[in-house]
Amino acid sequence: MSILIDGNTKVICQGITGKAGTFHSLGCREYGTQMVGGVTPGKGGQNVEGIPVFDTVEEAVSETGADASMIFVPPPFTADAILEAIDAGIKVIAAITEGVPVVDMVRVYEKVRASDAVLIGPNCPGLITPGQCKIGIMPGYIHQPGKVGVMSRSGTLTYEAVWQTSSLGLGQSTCVGLGGDPIVGTNYIDLLKRYQEDDQTEAILMIGEIGGSAEEEAAAYVKEHVTKPVAAFIAGRTAPPGKRMGHAGAIISGGKGTATEKVAALESAGIVVAPTPADMGQAVVDAMGK
Amino acid sequence: MKIHEFQGKELFRQAGVPVLEGIVAVTPDEAAAAYDKLGGPVAVVKSQIHAGGRGKGTVIGNPEQHGVVLVKSADEARQAAAGLLGNKLVTIQTGPEGQTVNKVFVEAGCDIARELYLGIVLDRAVAKPVLMVSTEGGMEIETVAENTPELIHKEHFDPAIGLEAFQVRKLCKKLGISGAAAKAAAKFMPAMCRFYVDYDCELAEVNPLVITGDDQMIALDAKINFDNNALYRHPKLAEYRDLAEEEPSEVRASDAGLSYVKLEGNIGCLVNGAGLAMSTMDIIKYHGGKPANFLDVGGGANEEQVTEAFRILLSDPNVKGLLVNIFGGIARCTTIAAAVIAASKTVGFEVPLVVRLEGTEVEEGRKMLSESDVEIITATDITDAAKKIVAATGV
Repeated sequence: MSILIDGNTKVICQGITGKAGTFHSLGCREYGTQMVGGVTPGKGGQNVEGIPVFDTVEEAVSETGADASMIFVPPPFTADAILEAIDAGIKVIAAITEGVPVVDMVRVYEKVRASDAVLIGPNCPGLITPGQCKIGIMPGYIHQPGKVGVMSRSGTLTYEAVWQTSSLGLGQSTCVGLGGDPIVGTNYIDLLKRYQEDDQTEAILMIGEIGGSAEEEAAAYVKEHVTKPVAAFIAGRTAPPGKRMGHAGAIISGGKGTATEKVAALESAGIVVAPTPADMGQAVVDAMGK
Repeated sequence: MKIHEFQGKELFRQAGVPVLEGIVAVTPDEAAAAYDKLGGPVAVVKSQIHAGGRGKGTVIGNPEQHGVVLVKSADEARQAAAGLLGNKLVTIQTGPEGQTVNKVFVEAGCDIARELYLGIVLDRAVAKPVLMVSTEGGMEIETVAENTPELIHKEHFDPAIGLEAFQVRKLCKKLGISGAAAKAAAKFMPAMCRFYVDYDCELAEVNPLVITGDDQMIALDAKINFDNNALYRHPKLAEYRDLAEEEPSEVRASDAGLSYVKLEGNIGCLVNGAGLAMSTMDIIKYHGGKPANFLDVGGGANEEQVTEAFRILLSDPNVKGLLVNIFGGIARCTTIAAAVIAASKTVGFEVPLVVRLEGTEVEEGRKMLSESDVEIITATDITDAAKKIVAATGV
């Protein structure tokens, strides 16, 4: 098994007629994903290299039986696209778009959490179950079907981690790029639950970065509920404080958010933390050997 | 995006958040005239820079000169402005090099009975904005959060609805506010929350928020950061941007659609993706080097943007070596390779260049580089890349 998506998943692309939407829809189809359709308002009836285009998600779902969507629409329209996908009964939504206003996501977050849909992103590379289904922009060839569940807030750093686990012959069950924005649809804990229950996943690799308190919360969850080996890496150990994070941003979490605190929280939960980004794969090996 | 206090107060006034009368001055004479126009008997001359801690901050070369000065005559206003304008003010937020004061804000005085703190930020943990207030006005809120977190009171609110009346009553009770001042709070607090949402703020902070002798509530300061992703909804805010307050190379980078932060080291880094860019800095430090910058060229970067990125990196005189670390996803290795070759012709590399390519179109990208006449030290992985650039820069 795997989590969220597999070879049976039927995928549409919202924003398929845009440059990035077309390029990556074809890339996903080439990887083996069942790309059953696309949506661009006003362009229904056209097709993109054989993939039928619809005016609405509702129409695309009823014509194709799609249960997942990959969103490439521009930032001002992303919130609306996500809400349309939820409304149409899509179960897994990956919003790739970067630059969505935070207030828009406050609105969407509540709707998506109240529905039975899972939103990955925005500002993320998507998700992939190697050898079965790729929904997103990640280079397919670096993946290998296998045993590590990979989840990350950073796109390219995920590729790095995947590459290392593939090189070590571990492979991946399902890799999920959670997205780098302050508000994203799915967090570490949501996925830890799924990985823990998934037969194929034998170990979990969590890649975080400075800011917020998601890693600390995940560490507390691992301590209580996860029996599988967990490894982690935190990016930004040497980043100067205050440059990117808002001034008062760390206050609400009571001074949490620095790399040192995150690493300490992870280690106290028995998680093996990689000292450098080159050691993420080895950290998984070490966690499995513990 | 950050704006000045006087600009924030202009927006506050339009949004129904009470502020005092004030006038911007760029010369000492203008400051004196502003004092006369406001009519005294007291006024405050406040330096306008994009950093907090101005009141305790001092001017380089003149430790007696603070960034915020209480004045009681036109002459004192002139003197205060003369001591600030054109000089560099150092505060806890500017770093030791300080920031040049190009404008002062001359503001009317008021009768302060109490100083409070009010701030609104996004609480990422619950995905909602949160209003925070505290009795400890005028203090560094980070210090309050660390030493006496029980003195910070919070209420989350729904952006579509705003702050409810009962939430104001809860906060007033905790702040010890009643009577006419509580009535003022019932207007002030919801107005601030509406402002935060209407303008797509990342941070809206009033420190201090004062209660006057006659129970008015007034924003004595205004610190506002906007969500850059939402600026397209607020075209008017573009005229508030003050380029003089920003690092020139960072402005250049943002104009080119690049995410760049200048640092103190000597190894220039060109990376795709924020997480990988941060990790690249981490691993350079791990192997004993010092990164000169954070630079994320992003996923959709084209050849021209990447070439501009090289120009920005090489314009930093501290840079003694370059590390290119690309793991192609949306970004293609061929684009990066083409940009490296183009930059070697138009910009020229006088310093060692280490390149590590992986991901989308990697074989073609590597081939382009090896067939070009650009002098490149190739690296096979991220550790190899970090070790090679640290060795090449001779740290």
